[in-house]
Amino acid sequence: MNIHEYQAKQVLKEYGAPVAEGVAIFSADEAEAAAKSLPGPLWVVKSQIHAGGRGKGKFKELGPEAKGGVRLAFTLDEVKSHSADMLGNTLVTAQTGDAGKVVNRLYIEDGADIDRELYLSLLVDRTCGQVAFVASTEGGMDIEEVAHNTPELILTLPIDPLQGVTENKASALCDTLKLEGEARADGMKLFPILYKAFVEKDMALLEINPLIVMENGRLRVLDAKVSFDGNALFRHEDIVALRDKTEEDEKEIEASKHDLAYVALEGNIGCMVNGAGLAMATMDIIKLYGAEPANFLDVGGGATKEKVTSAFKIITSDPNVQGILVNIFGGIMRCDVIAEGVLAAVKEVGLQVPLVVRLEGTNVELGKKIISESGMNVIPADDLDDAAQKIVAAVKEVA
Amino acid sequence: MSILVNKDTKVIVQGLTGKTGTFHTEQALAYYGTMMVAGVHPKKGGETWSSGIEGAAELPIYASVKEAKDATGANASVVYVPPAGAGAAIIEAIDAGIPFIVCITEGIPVADMVKVKARLDASDSRLLGPNCPGVLTPEQCKIGIMPGSIFKKGSVGIVSRSGTLTYEAVFQTSQEGLGQSTAVGIGGDPVKGTEFIDMLDMFLDDPETESIIMIGEIGGSAEEEAAEWLQEQAKKGRSKPMVGFIAGRTAPPGRTMGHAGAVISGGKGGADDKIAAMEAAGIRVSPSPAKLGKTLVALLQELKQGA
Repeated sequence: MNIHEYQAKQVLKEYGAPVAEGVAIFSADEAEAAAKSLPGPLWVVKSQIHAGGRGKGKFKELGPEAKGGVRLAFTLDEVKSHSADMLGNTLVTAQTGDAGKVVNRLYIEDGADIDRELYLSLLVDRTCGQVAFVASTEGGMDIEEVAHNTPELILTLPIDPLQGVTENKASALCDTLKLEGEARADGMKLFPILYKAFVEKDMALLEINPLIVMENGRLRVLDAKVSFDGNALFRHEDIVALRDKTEEDEKEIEASKHDLAYVALEGNIGCMVNGAGLAMATMDIIKLYGAEPANFLDVGGGATKEKVTSAFKIITSDPNVQGILVNIFGGIMRCDVIAEGVLAAVKEVGLQVPLVVRLEGTNVELGKKIISESGMNVIPADDLDDAAQKIVAAVKEVA
Repeated sequence: MSILVNKDTKVIVQGLTGKTGTFHTEQALAYYGTMMVAGVHPKKGGETWSSGIEGAAELPIYASVKEAKDATGANASVVYVPPAGAGAAIIEAIDAGIPFIVCITEGIPVADMVKVKARLDASDSRLLGPNCPGVLTPEQCKIGIMPGSIFKKGSVGIVSRSGTLTYEAVFQTSQEGLGQSTAVGIGGDPVKGTEFIDMLDMFLDDPETESIIMIGEIGGSAEEEAAEWLQEQAKKGRSKPMVGFIAGRTAPPGRTMGHAGAVISGGKGGADDKIAAMEAAGIRVSPSPAKLGKTLVALLQELKQGA
């Protein structure tokens, strides 16, 4: 789960990380009061969307000449005019795709005089199974590019969970970031704080880009991107409360209510599969036979009839879907449960597009029997190859 | 000889009394009499589990893994405990000195697995999973949730990050008449107990394994690391014919595709890099998940003719 920058900074502030003062606003009317509550005389007005590249992004409605999604303001009037300009408009950045994202929230923040921009993040390093810091002096830019062009400027530092951030580890980070004097003292304090926040809040990613050394020699978290481990949200009500559903696809929200792993895609063949690997492979094979999948959908191991029905409804609610492929290899999942779920869904919402069903594994004979005796207009398939070819052909025929 | 498990493996079940644990314990007992010896439940120690089917086996339930192990001589455990308690359940098994632990549970918080991993590294236990289908050696032992009916005793070693794609590989190699030596799902989570390299090492050593199917997916770099390791091994004269597959060629970057570990992030973990690495290591990569068996048959045929 992702949250906005201002929310991330609030979480980090509670742990004692140095962040600027700021106020989030939802309408331009609030801009002046927000700015007045901050020290000034420099403010930053920042679009709050769940995507990076905001500064270089462009607003669809304002044309290419207008300023981006993060703007400096030197007067209260500028704060107001920037706010009016940005709120409600669509910001397109390198990460939003062409559709862009509507800016519904702004963060008005106290400005800072920047001496140096650094990069710092925490993530779970799969290779060693530990939380790791990633640090570089090359802040404020795309870290992927830094990794590609100058990998020697990046330090990856795993943290032993039994020891935490030791003095040695914190020093190593300070050295990599070339922190001296007060900034070094700030860093020695900051790194354990960030690690604590990451672990306690079950973060999946904590990225500070940039972390800045200000002209007064102190460290500050200038931008913060935080995402959380979806599997740990059950123990963090405070974090769940920060979820902004306007940032998410409606079908994905509906899917998450039913505990289904669903990702909306651009194609026209809807897929319902059990198992993430098989669901991905099903998408791949549809593509291999010349069509495009409309979604990724894993109904999971322990799906009930109700869950399968919900999954089927979500797929059919996508207007792009011109055919459906159900591909089940039962292990935990029993084929008869899938068959009954599909049947119930078709009864409820009807079936306007071709449906290919391929069943294999636990209780397969029973599942096939339920489908064949249902009188539903279902195209049965023997294996995955057969299934993919049949649905691609059926959709082409209709089109 | 077989790897990880055999007909003498004695298995306890953590989370036996739940619906999932019950169903799959029945299935395991029915699969060539896999020795499921006891269940563990902190509040139901002293009770007896029964599958509910008339005339079916009953298993004693103990309050802790340690008690169950001492009473039964179990040398393996399978964990069906729900996500919030699964990490602690694995640690209990490690602390009780269970040599082989299989965790089926999906959705364990990564932070819990980081803790598990630290304990694991300091112990002699091996963990398979979590978020995996388990292991099955045909006609000997089934731990986990793989459907036994699709297996056939044979010569192909199968290792996969995905459960259902493991079944595809099993099903197809059975249909081609090759059968399996052992099939192992290592699981789809980013932090796990057993990696590709561990399994490949065992398969290369196993005289019953004549060829290997390895199924990876997007996210992380375990496939690349395994491919590099295989190249080193080949230089030492250790190699077996291998077919590979990578799921997720069409997955968009930045989106988690079901498995917590299946995400292309920071420009890394894409399918193309993995396929290239596998091919460089001499693995025949199948373009279609439906052609794993046929690709392997063709490869073995070629090798036979070349010899």
